[in-house]
Amino acid sequence: MLRLPRFSYLRPESVAEAAQILSEYGPRARIVAGGTDLLPKMKRGQIEPEIVVGISHLPELRQIRATKDGGFEIGACVTLTEVVDNPALQAAFKGYTRAAALVSSPALRNSGTIGGNLCVDTRCNYYDESYEWRKALGFCMKKDGDICRVAPASATCRAIASSDTAPAAISLNATVRLVGPNGEREVPVESLYQDDGQFYMTKAADEILVSLRMPNPGTWRSSYVKVRNRGTIDFPLVGAAAALQMNGSIVEDCRIIITAVGPKPLDVSQSARPLFGRAIDDAILEEVAVEAAKPARPLDNADISYVWRKRMVRRAVEQAIKEAAGVA
Amino acid sequence: MTTVANDPNVELRVIGKSLPKVDSAGKVIGLTAYADDIELPGTLYCKLLRSHLPHAKVLSIDTSAATAIKGVIAVITGDDLPIKYGIMPTSEDEHALECEKVRFVGDPVAAVAAVDEETALAACRAIVVEYEPLETIESIEHALLPPSDEPIHDYAGPGNIHRIGALEFGEVDEGFANSSFIREDVFFYEGNTHLPMEQHSATATFVGDQLTLWSSTQNPHYVHRALAKVFEMPMGHIRVVAAPHGGGFGGKCDPFSHEMVVCKLAMITGRPVKCTLTREEVFYVHRGRHPVMMWVRTGVSQDGKILAMHFRTALDGGAYGSYGPASMLYTGALQTTTYNIPAYRFEGVRVFTNKAPCGPKRGHGTPQPRFALELHMDKIAHSIGLDPVELRRRNYVKPYTRTINHLRITSCGIEEATDRVIEASRYYERKKRLGHGLGFAVSSYMCGAGLPIYWNKLPHSECVIQVDRGGVSLYCGATDIGQGSDTVLATVAAEELGLWPTDIRVVSGDTGLTPVDLGSYSSRVTFMAGNAALQAAREMREILVGAVAEKMECSPKDVVVGDGKIGELSFEDAATLAQLRHGVLTTRGTYAPPREIGGRYKAAGVGPSPAYSYSAAVVDLDADPYSGEIQLNKVWIAHDIGRAINALSVKGQVEGGVYMGLSEAMMEGQLYRHGLHKQPSMLDYKSLTFFEMPEVETFLVETVDLEGPFGAKEAGQGPLLPVIPAVVSAVYDALGVWVDEVPITPDKIMRALDAKAKGREGRYGPKSFPQISYPTIVKVPPFDASSTAF
Repeated sequence: MLRLPRFSYLRPESVAEAAQILSEYGPRARIVAGGTDLLPKMKRGQIEPEIVVGISHLPELRQIRATKDGGFEIGACVTLTEVVDNPALQAAFKGYTRAAALVSSPALRNSGTIGGNLCVDTRCNYYDESYEWRKALGFCMKKDGDICRVAPASATCRAIASSDTAPAAISLNATVRLVGPNGEREVPVESLYQDDGQFYMTKAADEILVSLRMPNPGTWRSSYVKVRNRGTIDFPLVGAAAALQMNGSIVEDCRIIITAVGPKPLDVSQSARPLFGRAIDDAILEEVAVEAAKPARPLDNADISYVWRKRMVRRAVEQAIKEAAGVA
Repeated sequence: MTTVANDPNVELRVIGKSLPKVDSAGKVIGLTAYADDIELPGTLYCKLLRSHLPHAKVLSIDTSAATAIKGVIAVITGDDLPIKYGIMPTSEDEHALECEKVRFVGDPVAAVAAVDEETALAACRAIVVEYEPLETIESIEHALLPPSDEPIHDYAGPGNIHRIGALEFGEVDEGFANSSFIREDVFFYEGNTHLPMEQHSATATFVGDQLTLWSSTQNPHYVHRALAKVFEMPMGHIRVVAAPHGGGFGGKCDPFSHEMVVCKLAMITGRPVKCTLTREEVFYVHRGRHPVMMWVRTGVSQDGKILAMHFRTALDGGAYGSYGPASMLYTGALQTTTYNIPAYRFEGVRVFTNKAPCGPKRGHGTPQPRFALELHMDKIAHSIGLDPVELRRRNYVKPYTRTINHLRITSCGIEEATDRVIEASRYYERKKRLGHGLGFAVSSYMCGAGLPIYWNKLPHSECVIQVDRGGVSLYCGATDIGQGSDTVLATVAAEELGLWPTDIRVVSGDTGLTPVDLGSYSSRVTFMAGNAALQAAREMREILVGAVAEKMECSPKDVVVGDGKIGELSFEDAATLAQLRHGVLTTRGTYAPPREIGGRYKAAGVGPSPAYSYSAAVVDLDADPYSGEIQLNKVWIAHDIGRAINALSVKGQVEGGVYMGLSEAMMEGQLYRHGLHKQPSMLDYKSLTFFEMPEVETFLVETVDLEGPFGAKEAGQGPLLPVIPAVVSAVYDALGVWVDEVPITPDKIMRALDAKAKGREGRYGPKSFPQISYPTIVKVPPFDASSTAF
């Protein structure tokens, strides 16, 4: 079998100490919580930390608590299963809990955390391979190489944003709390990501994502649709999160975030404008979905052809809106 | 030769019952020691350095840095293992470690034995190999062109052609001339792999002058022979033990590099040496389903009777011979066992490419042509306005007949199997709606190959039963790879001896202890080893009954055997009585297929079998007219098993075959890009999960074959075959588009739908069959009963 390479494991007593360790060791250290993303990647030599810093034992990262504004703050090390099984979260943030429920398989959701899923590495079938395989290929710019294998002319890595929960969280205006050696800041989830598959997160290497803050949803209703080859395990080939504010059958506001169509989740809410002030019907939905799919740029670095994946964006957006509106 | 007359009316005590497998308890509680669980004191761990280039000359290998690493005990290269081997005597084209050239990414070039795997891996990475790259051949079309530098192999040919042949039976041109309708179609079947849960693992010891290998192999006898060749040792000094298996499906049928290497390293170091492959390496070891291009032309009469068929195949063999010569012929051999084809022409070719070598996977060489043939039959039916089921019925072979290519058909339940699935699925009563479809297909498969892999006149299966102090041990070289062969042998013996299957201790798959059975391939074990066990058990029964009859002063005919008793005595007392007279009791049984099952032309060795199983399937699915996504609803499958030795076990085999067929049909593909396997991991090589697996309703059709043990036939491979075309046929039924290529992924369906929407033919698939210079067709004279094959 593939074996984990040797590493030192550190178990800080607090988030501050964890941030201190990251600051001290820089890129030589990595945070681990559920380990479902990091450990297989260490086995394949995609990520080679000398020091692995465990944080999932820290009680402050394991809580789900109601906030004063009527929302919730979810600790980064709360497992995906805990989120899926939480009735209050289900009621308030259906799109988010649905996305969490669609991550991988039950065993991995029992281990994988909500913070880990927001930080999950971008994926590419030129990159998610063993060291020997990547060596045979001649490596790629995301690890050990200098060009993008799927888009050789690209100046940046085109690995695919693969978090299911990120687009759902963005659609619900969620924020994250980041703790670094110099203190804490809170940023919208949307601003966590950038259009570069290699450096896909904007947070500093020594910042730790400690919690996800979901604001009071008010009358927003949400949903998430995941397209994948199989009904379990697989990462998204396309993901679409929709959040709607409705007055009766009339749409007042709508946010649409699509993912797995490039290195970062894309906010395509602009495309929903034709829906505003009217009831949903198939014709208007199609118009919105076609527009929403336009910025999607899937490439030949995931399962099934990119032409098909591009077309499935439209379908996913339509379904997500319908489900959020309760007309599916 | 053993033939057993079977009376379908005789009452059987344990045969046919649904009982747990005799080895299930150990597996359920986790005590079964699989090959990777074997840990001997002082074991060294082995890793192989594999080529990272698809095709290259090896200029030099420098192992000095590896040898210098602390904990490295031995490093070997091809110089240490110069003798070639290969499963087929005509294609012994593999070195355990290649030292002259590498032929695919994953070809082993060096091996390390070290104190642990981590050290062995580090040492492999420290070995420096200098290569001179050669042109990469990645497709059938490319392999058919003259090579720009050098062919992949220096034998066979011309160019990269491994095997090529052309045969004709009956008057094909005349058949076409008399046909009122002729149709041609082209199909492609993508290669795929076995995906066993258990990765290959092997441990070797060399003590005194005795070499012992424990391995996850399906065929310990063939590994035994290969080791004797490579090490130039007498077979009597080599013992190969097939460890309990975590899945074979054909992927553990060849002798493998890692098996040779651990033996060599054990000899060098004097310590046990173990090698367990990673999942990625299992994809490279492969020997799985060949990608096959197919072209078929059939002429039918006004009433839909086949008058002539011309079938062409081109197989992408990958980098080595493996079972390839047989695989190629299998793509043409069994078309005739379901349909009466009075004139048949077959042209086939297998080419070498720079990919992991292909070989036998469940159905070996027959799922691809079966897929093509069944869809072709559907298309003929639609073309001439006949119901596809009815067209098939008009052409079904009859029991106890001879095919045009000389195959002897015995029991044949194809009609009844068809009836069962058509009725159960309410095939004719459904209401048509867009996006919903049913597909039907049939197939047949062999119950063991008529010939061994290497020419020899010895029996194919031998079995010894020993009774000592009332304990019954059954020794047979057959290998239980999870298919339940130990259970079959125990059940056969138990029936004869009046015992329960768990009363029989089965010792199997160990060349040091058990008489030879050729191996767990070609669905041969129930039929062949089962018959050997039956013969040995009957002889043992006679001995026991004789002793009891003498004591009871009655005729042996009056001694009732059953419920743990022989006459009035308990089995144990009867055995003791007999043992007092004869000493330890041993009996033996053997099986070799009858001579008259096949013809006597060149290539006649592939196809004959002492019996054929028959399967029919209906697949019910919904296919999305926008996305092409498929939702499998249900599969009905009827399988002519002859007679079930263990009904539960047979259903398990049938349903496992259905699962594997669905997975191949829907998503599996051994795909390559830039000379590299595209997705050598279980996450990215897609196979069906529980979420996609539909309900399966299984019907066992019992035709009670006259020669099978208690009438039994095979179940391991046949039931996979009809599933794949039935899926594709159901998609046509649902959406009105043909996808003449598997896997039938949603993007292919979408493209066929696009073509239809644009007014073109609603089809996705290969446009043409490559131009191939097949040799002059050999016209085979009709079967002559006085001149049979073997």
